[in-house]
Amino acid sequence: MLLRLLFRNAFRHKLRTALTVCGMAVAVLAFSLLRTVIAAWYAGVAASAADRLITRNAISLVFSLPLSYKDRIRGVEGVKTVSYGNWFGAYYVEQKNFFANFAVEPRTYLGLYPEYLIPPDQKEAFLRDRKGCVVGRKLAKRFNWRPNDTVTLIGTIFPGNWEFVVRGIYDGRDDTIDDTQFFFHWDYLNETLKRTVARRADQVGFYIIGLSAPDRAAATAAAVDAVFKNSFAETLTETERAFQMSFVSMSEAILTAIRLVSLVIIVIIMAVVANTMAMSVRERLGEYVVLKTLGFHGRYLAGMILGESLLITGLGGLLGILLTFPAAEGFRRAVGTWFPVFRVEPETIYLGIAATLIVGVVAAVLPVWRVTTVRIAEGLRRIG
Amino acid sequence: MAAIVEIVEVSKAYRRGSYLLPVLTNISLVIEEGAFLALMGPSGSGKTTLLNLIAGLDQADQGIIRVGGVDITSLSESDLAAWRAGHVGFIFQFYNLIPVLTAFENVELPLMLSGLSKKDRQEHVAMALGLVNLQDRMDHYPGQLSGGQQQRVAIARAVVTDPTILVADEPTGDLDRGSAEEVLALMERLSGDLGKTVIMVTHDPRAARKARSMKYLDKGVLADAPQITFSECL
Repeated sequence: MLLRLLFRNAFRHKLRTALTVCGMAVAVLAFSLLRTVIAAWYAGVAASAADRLITRNAISLVFSLPLSYKDRIRGVEGVKTVSYGNWFGAYYVEQKNFFANFAVEPRTYLGLYPEYLIPPDQKEAFLRDRKGCVVGRKLAKRFNWRPNDTVTLIGTIFPGNWEFVVRGIYDGRDDTIDDTQFFFHWDYLNETLKRTVARRADQVGFYIIGLSAPDRAAATAAAVDAVFKNSFAETLTETERAFQMSFVSMSEAILTAIRLVSLVIIVIIMAVVANTMAMSVRERLGEYVVLKTLGFHGRYLAGMILGESLLITGLGGLLGILLTFPAAEGFRRAVGTWFPVFRVEPETIYLGIAATLIVGVVAAVLPVWRVTTVRIAEGLRRIG
Repeated sequence: MAAIVEIVEVSKAYRRGSYLLPVLTNISLVIEEGAFLALMGPSGSGKTTLLNLIAGLDQADQGIIRVGGVDITSLSESDLAAWRAGHVGFIFQFYNLIPVLTAFENVELPLMLSGLSKKDRQEHVAMALGLVNLQDRMDHYPGQLSGGQQQRVAIARAVVTDPTILVADEPTGDLDRGSAEEVLALMERLSGDLGKTVIMVTHDPRAARKARSMKYLDKGVLADAPQITFSECL
């Protein structure tokens, strides 16, 4: 019966409860979406493999490295495979049609990235055709590309119209893998450059190293960099995770701001729910005093108030979490270009649940204190 | 008759800022089992404070209060709550029913602490509501009942645990004359027929005349009861 009382108390003021539940739902939704944005920012880091290193020019990523480094890197102890590529930076038809596109050495690259799943026949077709390209499923869907379609990209770093034939469409091994990328033969780029801008030929933007012993990644990275020490193009080799993190850290201030905003939202709703609970309990103080008079201990009353607070916040939190999925999908559709992997992580749900519980408990603290400490005689005097 | 309530030199004062306001001064009183006692006195005389002390709702500053042989002044807050649940029935001026619970549920409320099974609780509640003649209103919420009916539900709630004493603070103060008569008749019956000890605080001389004994409080001190005239009763 006490549970029945708890439920009836929670819905005694239907409008107030409904508004509080809505407020809580919106807060949890906003919190979860912001956490999803943060997670999306880190998607590249999360998808990084422990057995891959990235080598780039020590000065900056915008400076290239000679192709000739490839064989010297391969000679370093602990290196199993070496691939390489260039950020191509082209767009499709209009500049707003931006997506990640790379010129890569296809055979070694695909070997190093088994998380890109390509049907064998399409992979063979891609490897055979120097003008061939492989595109992610989401990207193909976005532009309605199908295998054997001819696609022209407009170069920015490498100016001109670049024609490709879609030879394969890859899927990510799971939904943490970015399937909005575009890969084509590095040789196609290099041969064109040899004809047009010869000084830019035989240069690569980055090397990708497959390790034979991932636990020796740091030593291998140091060994690679040691090879090119004091050369005209010194290298910086780091794990793929560290490489991805270097991009994320450029936006660290924004991420910190988003984190803070997500916490502020929770603090605001905490104050709103605490106010609601305080109002409700103040209105019902007389009833709690009567319950005390009848012999109900403070712990019963505390349980009822806490339960009511958790019920209201729980409903709001649940609604907010359920709404997060369609909202995240809408968000992904709207800004999918910037967040190729935009999914609601289990951690985000756990954080949403934790935030809901914390709000529920904190909102109940003051009313519980008030009810458990009010003296019965004093309380009865107030009732009349 | 044996004494059910013994009050020995009890004093109580309330602090108002730096000022200590004496409310009861050296009160000594014995109430016998089965008594129907009316506590009267002007506003601020300490009637409700004395009732609260007897019912274990407040702590005396000094003195001893024994109810049914238990020295309740020595009980901790938690023990006092448990003692109240088993030994005291409360009737308030404004009924103080829980508005979101039905009459049945309101009466059942004190039994939640008794450890009785649901079936036993239902039997007790039905009996208590029968006693106040409200069996047919058990599913009604307080808002659907008249003042007199609400007070009868409150009386059912007070007696459902078969307490040692019943304390009533201005039980007719919010009722019309007819309803007040019904409630007083019920309290007379509880005391007379069922042997319950009833202690009632009232301003109302008519209510006081229903009691079998009367004590008068003035400025925190027990005094002889003044004569109640016929015109006051009207």
